[in-house]
Amino acid sequence: MAKQYETVIGLEVHVELATKTKIFCGCSTAFGGEPNTHTCPVCTGMPGSLPVLNKQVLEYAIGVGLATNCDITRNCKFDRKNYFYPDNPQNYQISQLYLPICRNGYVEIETEEGSKKVGIHEIHMEEDAGKLVHDEWEDSSLVDFNRSGVPLIEIVSEPDMRSAEEVIAYLEKLRLIIQYLGASDCKLQEGSMRADVNLSVREVGAEKFGTRTEMKNLNSFKAIARAIEGERARQIDLIEDGKEVVQETRRWDDTKESSYAMRSKEDAQDYRYFPDPDLVPIIVSDELLESIRAKQPEFRTEKMARYKEEYDIPEYDIEIITASKRMADLFEETVAICKQPKKVSNWLMVETMRLLKEQDMDPEDIRFSPKNLAALIQMTEKKEINSSVAKEVFEVMFNEDVDPVTYVEEKGLKTVNDEGALRRTIEEIVAANPQSVEDYRNGKEKAIGFLVGQTMKAMKGKADPGMVNQILKELL
Amino acid sequence: MDILDLSAVELSAKIKAGEATATEAVEAVFAQIENNEDTLNCYVTMDKEGALKTAEAVQKKIEAGELTGPLAGVPVAIKDNMCTEGMLTTCSSKILGNFVPTYTSEAVINLQKAGAVILGKTNMDEFAMGSTTETSAFGATKNPWNTEHVPGGSSGGSAAAVAANECFYALGSDTGGSIRQPASYCGVVGMKPTYGTVSRYGLIAYGSSLDQIGPLCKDVTDCATIMGIIASHDKKDSTSVEREDTDFTSALVDDVRGMKIGIPRDYFGEGIDPDVKEKVLAAADVLKEKGAVVEEFDLSLVEYAIPTYYTIAAAEASSNLERFDGVKYGFRAEDCEELHQMYKRSRSQGFGPEVKRRIMLGSFVLSSGYYDAYYLKALRVKALIKKAFDEAFAKYDMILGPCAPTTAPKIGSSLSDPIKMYLGDIYTISVNLAGLPGISVPCGVDKNGLPVGLQLIGDCFKEKKIIQAAYSYEQARGKFSLAKEGK
Repeated sequence: MAKQYETVIGLEVHVELATKTKIFCGCSTAFGGEPNTHTCPVCTGMPGSLPVLNKQVLEYAIGVGLATNCDITRNCKFDRKNYFYPDNPQNYQISQLYLPICRNGYVEIETEEGSKKVGIHEIHMEEDAGKLVHDEWEDSSLVDFNRSGVPLIEIVSEPDMRSAEEVIAYLEKLRLIIQYLGASDCKLQEGSMRADVNLSVREVGAEKFGTRTEMKNLNSFKAIARAIEGERARQIDLIEDGKEVVQETRRWDDTKESSYAMRSKEDAQDYRYFPDPDLVPIIVSDELLESIRAKQPEFRTEKMARYKEEYDIPEYDIEIITASKRMADLFEETVAICKQPKKVSNWLMVETMRLLKEQDMDPEDIRFSPKNLAALIQMTEKKEINSSVAKEVFEVMFNEDVDPVTYVEEKGLKTVNDEGALRRTIEEIVAANPQSVEDYRNGKEKAIGFLVGQTMKAMKGKADPGMVNQILKELL
Repeated sequence: MDILDLSAVELSAKIKAGEATATEAVEAVFAQIENNEDTLNCYVTMDKEGALKTAEAVQKKIEAGELTGPLAGVPVAIKDNMCTEGMLTTCSSKILGNFVPTYTSEAVINLQKAGAVILGKTNMDEFAMGSTTETSAFGATKNPWNTEHVPGGSSGGSAAAVAANECFYALGSDTGGSIRQPASYCGVVGMKPTYGTVSRYGLIAYGSSLDQIGPLCKDVTDCATIMGIIASHDKKDSTSVEREDTDFTSALVDDVRGMKIGIPRDYFGEGIDPDVKEKVLAAADVLKEKGAVVEEFDLSLVEYAIPTYYTIAAAEASSNLERFDGVKYGFRAEDCEELHQMYKRSRSQGFGPEVKRRIMLGSFVLSSGYYDAYYLKALRVKALIKKAFDEAFAKYDMILGPCAPTTAPKIGSSLSDPIKMYLGDIYTISVNLAGLPGISVPCGVDKNGLPVGLQLIGDCFKEKKIIQAAYSYEQARGKFSLAKEGK
């Protein structure tokens, strides 16, 4: 009988924090910018420069720790991780080994078998490295330190997950918590959230863990799921063939759907960690802890409960809207202006979701403002534009965040409310289409649709279809 | 009177009184440099043109009443491990032999704001690792009192420049005695402030938790004055301390009545030169006669200071010096085929033997499996040493002793036996380990005519007490002549 295997997975998740400035200097963390323009002596490792901790980094890290039920280390330190690489200007990374800021937490995830706790071993703060640019033509490499010193937190889970689904649920949960905190936008594709998967297999019922591998370069949830399946299969094959799984770091190639070994445990460097003497120990005071606790946002579960109380919208809508902080904020801010929760929810659920999907975008990338969405809703409510014009305007708004009122005005898209003019047009249409009039009078209800269409065409779409129907019926 | 015989404070007063100019001072110093430098080698970089330009600008500001400080217009030499924008900063190492910083260290900026005129950068032991200034990649500095002897180190260039009148005062840095010991060997005043008093921003780190910048100068009045200018709270340095008691000149009072001075018995045991012992104890008697209460006591853990220091300093140095890799600045070995070869060759060729020795030692004590046994243990001993000093300062206002067990050794006699060189740091390094302030004041010469330094050690933030005692001693001692090479 074939043996049954269990997959054991732990995750190391790096999250780039959304601070305006870097972790140890005042340089901007903004993306883009010419190479080495967001730099200073500190983040380029110039001799004599010294790091000073950005307090916001500490506050975000504690915020994430509190939201994931961690113990906050009240007296924590930074350590130096020493290794040579040209993207690392000091040849040591300032990180935390001995006293990380958060420890012993957990998050609850929903699985098919019900809810489950995934333990968090620790969360620590550290700095990102720069970027190497290899010039194949010149046979040289250049380094850009714009990302050097961008703050990261690394969230290390316990080996508590057993399947790709659980891993995705865990990552989704972390992402939501962190997005709700405003601590990061957590985009896997862009690298503001990066997950390394530690995976081993063992026979079902076995107590001891198998030998694990660490998988890197996973840039989407899909890649993570594929990598987990692939690595599980690879390790089982090795075991079934009587070979041993080697403890190593592997790199996933998602286009080939396979991985290759980067380095084995034997090559593991000795990082010679020691407390960074340039940074003083961080004392997390009661006051600081309490002020962060007091500033914690309403997380998704509480938000869903409140929406059920406050807004008359379907539960399914609530689930979708609260699945993104950006979406939920947009919803609440728009409702605050136009007081039409049902309408706002519809725009988000239907048109917004359609366009996001079409353009392969994240809700976090939405550009239009609550003010403009509210204005659009108000215009349709007042019947200043009809629904097809509204959709057209929305699409422009979605892409360029235009002010719908100005746009409608400029493009002359306003519904014609001049009943006299509309009546005259309809009279002309009726006179020009005797066959359809005949058909309608003979009981062919459909014929009126053709006449409405002709009227809308003549009015360039700017008539209120209700009013057109009403006048037509009168005339016929 | 020769302008070079003036102290820094006296010179500034004369400039402000219109009796001398900053330009004259620079000219006089450079005349002296031109006479002596071939023999002494105090400087790595001299910038006469820049200094004359600055002198002119500073002179105008003084005349316009915009610069009124006590050191306005006075030429200064800076140890070559402090970054100076646009001016070569080498740490006396081949690996930084071509390095021109893009910014200036905070302590130097403080001096510039006070109207200092920078003459150039002084020689030192490579990366401040050494006690003789012989490990410099640019040749040893000679002691102006006797050019067959070393000036001490690592701030040997600064100390010798002051002693030889090649500047009016200088900045040095002190990680294990690197200001106080060369001050003692060269017969000048040197002070290592309480850790955190002077910003380390722009000081190229050796042992980050021990490094402090401080003055080397002609007398205690200059010392207190310079201290008042370079001490500042700097938000760019996390270890910088905010303190309001930096009016150090207020301690220039000739009165030691009732001061309690402790002399550690262990400081006068085996290994101390009899002449040094005699001169230092004679200085203690002077303070006693002036009304201080002087008594001997047992300071514990003295013998543990050296291994503790060399473990911690080397560990930090091994990491601090990793950035010198040939990638971004400084020396890069030629004709390398791949990255690791470039790292290895650049560092092998760029660092000298003493620096390599300490990098290896530091890498070893931090390596996995040895960290607890060496580095962590050293940190614990450091805490115990601090405690031993705390207990001493519960009883005494200050501790008195020598700066070094001997006077300046002959050139070439130390490097052959590094352990012996390390042992010479016994009286200075525990002060760095405990973060305390210490001052070195000349207290005589030995039978060979080489200066002996008296060291006064204060409790943290109690610079004023040791300045006051040093000043009182200096008043009783009288003027201490500069080196004969300086004449």
